[in-house]
Amino acid sequence: MTAPQSSVITRVEGRALPLRGDDIDTDRIMPARFLRAVSFEGLERHVFEDDRASWPRARGRHPFDDASYAGASVLVVNRNFGCGSSREHAPQGLLRWGIRACVGESFSEIFFANALAIGLPCVRVSAEAAVEMQTMVEARPETTVQVDLAQGAVRVGDWVTGASMPGPALEAFLAGSWDATGLLLADPADVDAVARRLPYITGF
Amino acid sequence: MGRTLLQKVWDAHRVRRLTTGQTQLFIGLHLVHEVTSPPAFSALDARGWAVRFPHRTFATVDHIAPTRDTSRPFADTLAEAMMAALERNCRRFGIPLWDLSDERQGIVHVIGPELGLTQPGMTIACGDSHTSTHGAFGAIAFGIGTSQIRDVLASQCLAIDPLKVRRIEVMGTLQPGVYAKDVILAIIERLGVKGGVGFAYEYAGDCIARLSMDERMTICNMSIEGGARVGYVNPDETTFAYLQDRPFAPAGTAFDRAKTWWAGMASDPDACYDDRVQLDASSLEPIVTWGINPGQSVGVSGRLPDPRQLAEADRSAVVEALEFMCFEPGQPIAGTPIDVAFIGSCTNGRMSDLREAARIVRGHRVARGVTALVVPGSQAVGRAAEREGLHEVFLDAGFEWRGAGCSMCLGINPDKLVGRQISASSSNRNFRGRQGSPTGRTLLMSPAMVAAAAIAGAVIDVRPLVTSRRERQA
Repeated sequence: MTAPQSSVITRVEGRALPLRGDDIDTDRIMPARFLRAVSFEGLERHVFEDDRASWPRARGRHPFDDASYAGASVLVVNRNFGCGSSREHAPQGLLRWGIRACVGESFSEIFFANALAIGLPCVRVSAEAAVEMQTMVEARPETTVQVDLAQGAVRVGDWVTGASMPGPALEAFLAGSWDATGLLLADPADVDAVARRLPYITGF
Repeated sequence: MGRTLLQKVWDAHRVRRLTTGQTQLFIGLHLVHEVTSPPAFSALDARGWAVRFPHRTFATVDHIAPTRDTSRPFADTLAEAMMAALERNCRRFGIPLWDLSDERQGIVHVIGPELGLTQPGMTIACGDSHTSTHGAFGAIAFGIGTSQIRDVLASQCLAIDPLKVRRIEVMGTLQPGVYAKDVILAIIERLGVKGGVGFAYEYAGDCIARLSMDERMTICNMSIEGGARVGYVNPDETTFAYLQDRPFAPAGTAFDRAKTWWAGMASDPDACYDDRVQLDASSLEPIVTWGINPGQSVGVSGRLPDPRQLAEADRSAVVEALEFMCFEPGQPIAGTPIDVAFIGSCTNGRMSDLREAARIVRGHRVARGVTALVVPGSQAVGRAAEREGLHEVFLDAGFEWRGAGCSMCLGINPDKLVGRQISASSSNRNFRGRQGSPTGRTLLMSPAMVAAAAIAGAVIDVRPLVTSRRERQA
């Protein structure tokens, strides 16, 4: 619910923010108390709020608090990112913070679907490539990263790796139809026809 | 070649193939609650759309529901604004709302089944990841986000990719004191918290066949904790018996016709699966999580892992979890002191859960220093428990007896952990901060294990308590 209309997304280019760790759940991305609202406005202020507050000093600054990553638009993560709750507040917060694409080893299914529905592409790379990217970005935060949906590739300078996404989701980004409501409303008679042949709708 | 239940439901509800290649899938039942729906209704307003099938859409309030003082306006002004928004939206779009003043109110995944809304062969959607619960009836139920709620409100459809099916056969008889919760925690421990991504889990085998509907719901509820968005059990006589005489279930001769259709939706014996897994349940012991995801668990007689004995790839996650929990590598899980005991949630807040917990609690006292609360999953569960006098068993033992809601399962209502408290919880997630304190710690276990921990003040094996009760009764 960011843009009123779906736009074509073929490529995202910008600086990156590495966030290491497997199984980062949506309670961490957006703690539940920030779901007490009737809109998504202002969620960017609470992304990883508790995680940032409790970040061990030995690990330096939390990447979302590290000035060298300010303005980053590509989030680089590891395995099963976004697991847990179906709260769209998690990808909404990331999008509103400025993230325009996620690159990682894998994503939870509901997080991926929520991100797709708001025009935030999540592409998969190999486990090794995700770690390698994080290491490169940590060493040189000013590096520009390019997420090329059309070519199925992620580039960091001369470095390139294959990136993938399920076909239908990829098609939705390339065709600019990730906001699915329009497609789903296209032929209401077809929907009625399915409802009419379901016995639990017609009363057995 | 036979078809699985998933394929049959998919075929019956497919509207068309979208230009993107996704399936446009008709949704037979849409359940709505206060937290994830407001921006979806706003989007409908902004675009001038109506709710396409308001008579297939039902709303209740659960996540923010205070379990003590439910008078309006709520003390929490943000919660009050959400409640008011839900009331306004339901009125405006013609959707039935069961609010706190309605005796049908409760956690959305508890009331759907108990009202007979949830039925075999349906597609169901709800803006909550534990929507997988409804799969216990042989429905295909999707947890969705707010944009997809908008899609379903406006079109009664989802744009979605087909799922693969993994059949999980659970064989053998559970020991006394071992429950459905232990079965699903064992499955998640074995297959991993992301093992189910891309799959629907079909739970089968003689152990599952003997489970009650409440127990099947516990198992399907936590499918998502194993990464599977959808989990289901094929409908059988247990399912049909549960549905008979429920308010929204078909009645009279329609019920008989429904039964025939429902039975026909079950997976065929020669159905083809993408994967199969077997689990022997007879050797399971009560399971307790020790870490910060539901896959990090151990049998109650076991010890926490020692990172030094693990492969390098597995080490960092264990170290991180042990640090957060302040646990020592290799320490036994039994004996871990607890501060809070929580019995409730969409996982384990049903009548059979409360009965089992009360059986353990009867005649005992909650340990000094432990805060213990029982939160029925719905007002109907609360009333049924009071009819049996269970609330008195809990109150006599020093438990708090609360009103229906999500309560301490997640930190979005007044029921929260404080500081570093450790909670023995019958809920579904032990993520850091999940129970409302950023540093709070959660040990997931069955309601009977929570009851035992409340009495002992520490994690203990519930099996001797269950066995001694049975002997005394015999």
